[in-house]
Amino acid sequence: MEARTRERTRIALLTGNEAIARGAYEAGVAVATGYPGTPSTEIVEYLATLPDVYVEWSSNEKVALDVAMGASMGGVRALCTMKHVGLNVAADTFMVASYTGVRGGLVVVSADDPGMHSSQNEQDNRLYAKFAGVPLLEPGDSQEAKTFTELAFSLSEEFDTPVLLRTTTRISHTRGVVELGDRHAPPPRPFHRDPAKYVMLPAYARQRRPRVLERLLRLAEVAARPEFLRVEMRDPSVGVVTAGVCYSLVREVVPEASVLKLGMSYPLPLDAIRRFAGQVRRLFVVEELEPFLEEMLRAAGFSVEGKAYFPQQGELTPERVREGFARAGVLPEPGDAGPANLPTAPRPPVLCPGCPHTAPFLALQRLGAVVCGDIGCYTLAALEPLRAMDSCLAMGSSIGMATGLALAGTAPGPVVAVIGDSTFLHAGLPALVDAVYKRAHVTVVILDNGTTAMTGGQPHPATGSGVRGAPAPRVDLAAVCRAMGVEFVRAVDPYDLGATFVALEEAIRYPGVSVVITNRPCVEAPVKVRDEPFRVVLERCTACQLCMDLGCPAIVWTDETYEGRPKVTIRPDACTGCTLCAQVCPADAIVRVGPGWRRS
Amino acid sequence: MQTRNVLVVGVGGQGVLLASNVLAAACLARGYDVKKSEVKGMAQRGGAVVSFVRYGQQVHSPLVERGRADLVLSLEWAEALRWAAYLRPGGVLAVDLVRILPPAAQLDHRTWQASYPAVEVERLRQAGWDVRPYEASRRAAELGDGRMANVVLLGAVSRELEFAAEEWERALREVLPQKVVEANLRAFHAGRQLPQAAVFPAEARRAAARAFRVEVTPSWCKGRGCGICVRVCPEEVLVFGPDDRVRAASPDRCTGCQLCQLLCPDFAVVVREEVAVG
Repeated sequence: MEARTRERTRIALLTGNEAIARGAYEAGVAVATGYPGTPSTEIVEYLATLPDVYVEWSSNEKVALDVAMGASMGGVRALCTMKHVGLNVAADTFMVASYTGVRGGLVVVSADDPGMHSSQNEQDNRLYAKFAGVPLLEPGDSQEAKTFTELAFSLSEEFDTPVLLRTTTRISHTRGVVELGDRHAPPPRPFHRDPAKYVMLPAYARQRRPRVLERLLRLAEVAARPEFLRVEMRDPSVGVVTAGVCYSLVREVVPEASVLKLGMSYPLPLDAIRRFAGQVRRLFVVEELEPFLEEMLRAAGFSVEGKAYFPQQGELTPERVREGFARAGVLPEPGDAGPANLPTAPRPPVLCPGCPHTAPFLALQRLGAVVCGDIGCYTLAALEPLRAMDSCLAMGSSIGMATGLALAGTAPGPVVAVIGDSTFLHAGLPALVDAVYKRAHVTVVILDNGTTAMTGGQPHPATGSGVRGAPAPRVDLAAVCRAMGVEFVRAVDPYDLGATFVALEEAIRYPGVSVVITNRPCVEAPVKVRDEPFRVVLERCTACQLCMDLGCPAIVWTDETYEGRPKVTIRPDACTGCTLCAQVCPADAIVRVGPGWRRS
Repeated sequence: MQTRNVLVVGVGGQGVLLASNVLAAACLARGYDVKKSEVKGMAQRGGAVVSFVRYGQQVHSPLVERGRADLVLSLEWAEALRWAAYLRPGGVLAVDLVRILPPAAQLDHRTWQASYPAVEVERLRQAGWDVRPYEASRRAAELGDGRMANVVLLGAVSRELEFAAEEWERALREVLPQKVVEANLRAFHAGRQLPQAAVFPAEARRAAARAFRVEVTPSWCKGRGCGICVRVCPEEVLVFGPDDRVRAASPDRCTGCQLCQLLCPDFAVVVREEVAVG
């Protein structure tokens, strides 16, 4: 991994995610689970490089939390990681786990994505802590990410509760200096049969609910402990209550301000905040996304200023915090805004050269299909030049939405759901059963590239290997579909453009649920596929631009023209040799580079 | 010491993170506090990548504020423009003159203008920045592997930061996989000797857009029974009409490539250039 350790001094430069993994490791975590999702993915990946821990991906976040909960009931420490929207999937278990409590410490990590760098929304998962009545820890840098993770396990056991550790993209993906320690695994607490604690029949749940409420009162005192709460008195005219990455922005922008930094931001240490508020003239709350702290402080009778100056949407940056304090009159109005952004080329993310998802989308576009898409790299097919996706909401939504759209009967073309292999196993299975049950006239395209590509190539139950690389049982996707009652199931090589067209056309014509599985591995993971590249014979290129319709980043315009249109060339370092452009070229101008080529 | 602010920027796959990892390792070895922040995930799929590195006695914010960067190290021309505004007045912009045209810059099939910025080094200098253009990719290719352009460029600006050559070497050895260490050390030292580029790439010239007309003879056209022209048209000009025959729905998009005419098995399609009269 990328961690560079100076063993002698036991100092390392770790990302927040690696630090969480390291903290869990040193706290003696025995079972770690999760589902990949930016920005949470590297926690499980980093733990998989360390010994003595059972680490494995789950098929979705709810299953991951159930597995972790089972391990906790079995008396060992368990960690469960996910991105913010993953907690929506796991919420069913999470909300009740608050009632049952734990046996071995259970820490749930939610990595939020303010600014939606790589997400479909920017929900603020601090609200889940309040919703479920569990303590919420918010580390502000890599060192705290490690320390808080260790503390979270002890808290979990001391207060018989899952602990929600919440990071954001800037914490998870920022490398910082971390002190390393040794692993101290507490002995497992033996399994103890206790139905009144773990069987949430209404009668038992009613007995557990008061414990949740009483637990929060005791936890509010813990929030004032020095390992979580830091009160820094400086200039008394401005006091700031903050947590997480916002603390570092506040220190950067208003270094003279007094600061109360929360490590546990639910429940709140209201007495300590009251003392702090009494010592400062103006009390600000600086927090990303929702006015979570602000509203709780208002409800507790504080006079605070927050979202009036600091935006509710997007990630906070030093610039935005500076603007906020300027509007509040704390800082001078920034005078010269400095040079404006210079005009430059748009560079949105694109499907990689050789991506096996390209051909199916090209075919769907040309067949006039209405495409309900899903979460993965292939969502990028919604953009130019493929423009072959009409919806994408949440994991697994494609199949259910396609079913509904087909029932509506208003689609101007054949209704097709497109879903990746990992996403299909995550939340597509129940939706496919439902489509069969409803006899929906939909085609489901499963883009099986053998990996969870969007997040960097994590294995899943249809991959055939585990997170540590060892062989694992492999789900047969076609057999699963047939077993669910799908009668039309066809596998096709997406590098064969003609066969892909034919398979999709036949599937669309089939009067019921049809499934087409495209079966080429991802070109980037687990192994980089680099076949002999192609080149353009410029004399033959008629500059028709048909290859440009693939949206391949390896194909670029040259300065040479044919009847005024720019001819194309292929960047040999980027081409993976997938053959698609050679298949579409009507002038046969695209050929293998030929002798002399060697794999670098 | 005051906190130093560096941006390493480029296109996904160019090795932005490797370059910033080397810098961060050098900082850590010096005993500095260091924070290095980047966004992974979607940004890596051929998109723009930025890595912020801040180091000093104590670093707070993981993000560099606009107008406060001491150095922007850009592995690509258009990316240099995207992040230049982060530089402080007089800040150093070291840029590899390689140009990677993204698909999104090549979508205008009417006028064929790539929405890609011209290489205008002097204009940037007039904005008050210390602009240093290098042919780092070309030098790396000469050394046997164009992918080492990141390390060549790092070498080219290495004297700008306070680390000695030996400190850079140690950081490179620490970060790089063993089998490529020696090649990259050579690339680093080649970068240290690399002079700034004096000649800049010129703009491509394109012909003016022309107008075309697509004519279909309905009685010769097999329509949906064939559909070759509909599928092959790069601009999706052709559709099936209500009579199931092919017609040109958006002739203004036609670029005159004549694929439909050439591939029609029934000679039913003809592309004609519109000639302005008068």
